[in-house]
Amino acid sequence: MIIYGYRIPMMASLLIWAVVWEFIGRFELVLLFPPLTHVLVAGVEVVNHSQFFSAVWITVQCFLQGFGLAVAVGIPLGMLMGMVPAADRLLSMWVSIFISTPLTPLVPVFMILFGLGEATVIVTVFMFAVWIIVLDTRAGVHDVPPSLLEMSRCFGASRWQTLRHIVSLSALPEILAGLRLGVIRGVKGAVIGQLLVSVIGIGALFKFYSQNFLMEHFWALVLMLFVAALGTAGIIEALERRVQYYAGDRG
Amino acid sequence: MTAIPEATDSVTAPIIEVAGLHKHYGETEALRDVNLEFGHGHLTSLLGPSGCGKTTLLKIIAGLLPQSSGEVRVHGKPVAAPGPDRAFVFQDFALLPWATVLRNAAFGLELRGEPKAEREEKARKQIEVVGLTGFENSFPSELSGGMRQRVGLARALAVESEVLLMDEPFSAVDEQTRRKFQEDLLALRRRENKTFIFVTHSIEEAVYVSDRIVLLSPRPGRVSEVIDINQASTGKDPDQIRRDPEYLDTVERIWHSLRAYVE
Repeated sequence: MIIYGYRIPMMASLLIWAVVWEFIGRFELVLLFPPLTHVLVAGVEVVNHSQFFSAVWITVQCFLQGFGLAVAVGIPLGMLMGMVPAADRLLSMWVSIFISTPLTPLVPVFMILFGLGEATVIVTVFMFAVWIIVLDTRAGVHDVPPSLLEMSRCFGASRWQTLRHIVSLSALPEILAGLRLGVIRGVKGAVIGQLLVSVIGIGALFKFYSQNFLMEHFWALVLMLFVAALGTAGIIEALERRVQYYAGDRG
Repeated sequence: MTAIPEATDSVTAPIIEVAGLHKHYGETEALRDVNLEFGHGHLTSLLGPSGCGKTTLLKIIAGLLPQSSGEVRVHGKPVAAPGPDRAFVFQDFALLPWATVLRNAAFGLELRGEPKAEREEKARKQIEVVGLTGFENSFPSELSGGMRQRVGLARALAVESEVLLMDEPFSAVDEQTRRKFQEDLLALRRRENKTFIFVTHSIEEAVYVSDRIVLLSPRPGRVSEVIDINQASTGKDPDQIRRDPEYLDTVERIWHSLRAYVE
């Protein structure tokens, strides 16, 4: 951003919003918005809360298991759909349905099926994250240059060799984009799942703070989640840029 | 210089025979009754306007496309899939963008499961043949179009197949590079005892590099004429060929044959 010839760093906009937030809080312009500084102070208390680390631990565990499952299912499924037209016709309708409908209303169904516990949260994370991974992997496989596929056939590659040496590497940028979007959706799933189950993890903390009207603590927790989700997505984005460098030119 | 309507090569037994080949894409007839023979050590160009099915014919010979009817025989045996006897050079190079020049050149051998040291030694040799020594560890994106095609050529040479199928290999490189390439191809085929089948839409290029030109007419693709040229094999100086009256006459004559399809 450049204003009057001065280069303003990206973080500056964040600073402006922080000031606006502080201002709104100080003058009590909007109910529920305490000043940012109070939120930050409350953040220390949140971290020191006896249940904080166990809550984070459960959340991370649920997220990792759900996301791991989403990767393990999503990438092979996307590859199958990208390579086998019959599989694509059979499955693409379901993928479209699950990716375009809000999945939150399904969480109570998961609760009935999987109980009021971690399993439900894991399934929620999985359902939130998996479809975008499937869709992006499929797009990546579709975009493999046809001449690369012909080339590998010409030089006698087996199906497996083509998959390993050509398809998976050529589709890697799209697969990583899918994983990045999957991480963000998965974090959403972890939070929404826990909020609805509301007896475990971060969800229980959220419920506790909002029911007791501890808005400072509530916002502190929201900020932490925000940073965690963006940080994880950022790591994948950095990985994507490195991959783009190698896979960037597609001949 | 003689024109024979049906190609026959009585001097040596043909490596590749194409017999009664037809190809349909749904309703469209792409190739009709193509009969050709390709003899050992010759360079044959498939020449014709776009839509004449020359690339389709080459890809059927390569085993990349199925024919609708007819046969492709290699050493007398019908084939329907790619094989180690035929290597392909692609119009758009078809290099792995994430792999170095060395790995790209060795890729055909890698797929065959040759040990790393051996395949890299063979690849290095071919990289030298195509004049890319010093670029072994570069990535395709760091090379010019002409250099990328040299990698594609090195990869095809490294598998040591008898037949080299080239699909408009120089069409995506600039004119100067293209001329240099054509000269290098002449040198290459004098040195290597391989059979080349070369697809091009450039009359000059075909006359310059070939022993024999198969003219294809469009919609449906048929063999309209086969022209024997002994340009390349007569050992003329590559610089002289382009000014040679015989060369110029042949170019002119082919243009007259093809003109009808363009208008």
